[in-house]
Amino acid sequence: MADLITSDLVDLDLAATDRHEATRSLAERLRAAGRVTDLDGFLADVRVREAQMPTGIEGGIGIPHARSAHVTEPTLGFGRSQRGVDFGAEDGPADLIFLIAAPEGGGAEHMTILASLARRLVHASFREALRQAPDPETVVNLVKKEVLGQ
Amino acid sequence: MRIVAVTSCPTGIAHTYMAAEALEQAARAAGHEIKVETQGAAGAEPLPPQDIAAADAVVFAADVEVRDRERFAGKPLVQTSVKRAINDAPSLIAEAEAAAAPAAGGPVAHALSELGEVDREQLAMDTAARPETKVDQQAGLGTRLRQWLMTGVSYMIPFVAAGGILIALAFLLGGPEVANKVNGGTFQGVEYPGVSDLSRLVVEAGWAGLLFKIGATAFFMLVPILAGFIAYAMADRPGIVPGIVAGLLAGEIGAGFLGGLVGGLLAGAIVLAIKRVKVPRGVAGVMPVVVIPLVSTLVVGALMLVVIGQPIAAATDGLTNWLDSLSGTNAVLLGILLGLMMAFDMGGPVNKVAYAFGLASLASGNLKVMAAVMAAGMTPPLGLALASVVRKRLFTPAERQAGEAAWLLGASFITEGAIPFAAADPVRVIPSLMVGSAVTGALAMAFGNTSRAPHGGIWVIGLIGRPVLYVVAIAAGTLVTAGCVIVAKSIGRTAPAEAEAAMVPAGATPATG
Repeated sequence: MADLITSDLVDLDLAATDRHEATRSLAERLRAAGRVTDLDGFLADVRVREAQMPTGIEGGIGIPHARSAHVTEPTLGFGRSQRGVDFGAEDGPADLIFLIAAPEGGGAEHMTILASLARRLVHASFREALRQAPDPETVVNLVKKEVLGQ
Repeated sequence: MRIVAVTSCPTGIAHTYMAAEALEQAARAAGHEIKVETQGAAGAEPLPPQDIAAADAVVFAADVEVRDRERFAGKPLVQTSVKRAINDAPSLIAEAEAAAAPAAGGPVAHALSELGEVDREQLAMDTAARPETKVDQQAGLGTRLRQWLMTGVSYMIPFVAAGGILIALAFLLGGPEVANKVNGGTFQGVEYPGVSDLSRLVVEAGWAGLLFKIGATAFFMLVPILAGFIAYAMADRPGIVPGIVAGLLAGEIGAGFLGGLVGGLLAGAIVLAIKRVKVPRGVAGVMPVVVIPLVSTLVVGALMLVVIGQPIAAATDGLTNWLDSLSGTNAVLLGILLGLMMAFDMGGPVNKVAYAFGLASLASGNLKVMAAVMAAGMTPPLGLALASVVRKRLFTPAERQAGEAAWLLGASFITEGAIPFAAADPVRVIPSLMVGSAVTGALAMAFGNTSRAPHGGIWVIGLIGRPVLYVVAIAAGTLVTAGCVIVAKSIGRTAPAEAEAAMVPAGATPATG
C-alpha cells in the first residue's frame, strides 16, 4: 500500500481563498501523484459531501473528503493557509485543510488508516504540531508517527 | 458513570471517528467509562450487549440514521449531530450525566439537543415509544423463557380484562341469551339467527349485544397479542408480525392459548435464526422491513397450519369420539374427566371438546353434563383470584391486577380469565386448575345439578337445578384450585414480585422533548 501522505501532497502556503479553490488545489496534487484519476469527477464527489453538511470544525479545521471511484489509494492531502479558508465552521475559517480521499470500494484496512487519521485530528497537540511544521517533510513524518505509529 | 455512544456521518471516513475520539477524550477527562461504536466505512464493531445493558446513558452523535438503535431502547439518551460531538464533547458528556441522573430513581429523561422535528419523531418512534419487555438478556434460558411468557402475558391482560368484563356486563344487562342473539344458536329452546349486519347490532341484540360484540372482539385478540409479544420479547420488533400471525392461526386451527404460546415462541426463534444470517450491507437495509417479516411469517404460519394444526384436528376428533363412547358410564367419573378437560387449556381444543360435549348433551336433553361443564369452567379464574388475594407475594403485580378481574370473569363462566396466569407459569398453574375443576365437576355430578343454560355462569343460577349445592360445588373447586396454586407456586422458587422488579428495565418513556 502506498504511503498515506508524501511531501508532494503537502502545501504549506495554500493560496486559495474559498473552499472549492482550496480543495481543487490540493486535489491537483493528488492527481499529479497518481492518487486521483479524474480530477473533476473526484471534486464532484467531494462537493456532494460538502453540500450535505460543511466539513469545517471548530479550531480552524476543514476536512473536505469523499469516497470516490476516481481514487486509487487512501490519501491525505494537507494544506496550510495563512489567511484561512471558510469551511463552514461556526468559529471562523480553517487554516488547516485536510483533503481525505478514499477509494470507493476501499477495504477495511484502508478505512482503518483513515479512521485513525480522523481520530488524531481531534487532538490539539497534533494540530499545533502541524501549525508549527517548518517544511512538508515534517508534516509527513508527523502524520506517519501519529497516525501509523511509524 | 458508564456511557455508550454511537457516531456516524454521511461518508463514514472522517467525522465518525473524530466524534468518537472527542467523546472518548471528554468522557475520560470527566472520569467516566465510555465505549463508542463507530458506524463508519471501516465497518462497525457492535457494542457488546452487556455494555449497553450496563450503560447509564447513551449518546448518539449522528448525521445519518443510527443502525439497530432499538438496542438502546429505554436508556437515557442524548442525541446530537456528529459535529457537535467534535466541537463540544465535554458539554455533551455533561448532558449525558444530566440525562442519566433521574434514571436511577424516577422516570427516564431524554435530553434532546439540536434535534430537528424529523429527528424527534424518528427518535420517538424508534426508542421512546417502544413497548417495554421484561427480558434480562444475561439470564439463563429457563429464566428468559419465563420472562418471554411474562412479557406476552402483561400485554394480554388488558385484553382479558376489557373483553371479559364487557362480556360479563353484557350477560348481566341482557341475560345470557345475548351471546346467541349476537352469534346465533339456540338458548332455552329459542333459535336465534345471529346478527349478520353489524349496523343492526343494537336493534337486534340491544345495548347488551353491543357490549358483547365489543368484548368478544377484544377477546379475539387475546391469543394473537400473547403470541405477538412473546415473540417481541424474544426477537424485538421483527418478532411482532410472525408472532401475531401465529396467534391468529392458533385461533383458526383451534389450538387455543397453548397453541398461541407455542406459536409465539416459534415465531421469536425463527426471527432470531434469520437475524443470524449474515447478509451484504445492501440487503441489510431491507431485512427488518421486508425479508424478516416475510420469511418468518411464512415459516411460522406453515408450521402452525401443517405441523400443529393437523394433529390438533385429529386429536380433537379422537377426544370427541372417546367422550361420546363414555356416555352412560359413572357420572362422577365423567364429571372429573370433564373438569380436567375444561381446565386444561381454557378455550383450547381440549376445553372445546368438553364444552361441545356439554352442548350436545344439553341438546339431547341431558342437563347434568352442561351443569358440570359450566361449573368446572368457572373455578379456574375464581381459584386464581382467591390465590392472588390470600398469597399476594406469589404473584406479580400484573397478575394481581388480572386476579381482580378474574372474580367477575370466573363468576360469568369466562374461563379465559385464567389464561394470564396459566400462560405465565403453565407447568405450575395448569395442573392446579385441573385438580380444582375435577373436584367441582365431580361434585356437580354427584349433587345432580342441572343447567338449562349453556353459558352465563352465576348469572343463570335461576336455570340451575339445586342451586345451593351448585354454589357449594363451585366454592369447593375454587378452594382446591387456590390451595393447589399456592402450594405449586411456593415450591422451589423465589417470590416473583422481587424477581420481576429486578427484571423490568428502566422502561419505555414517552418522548416529551
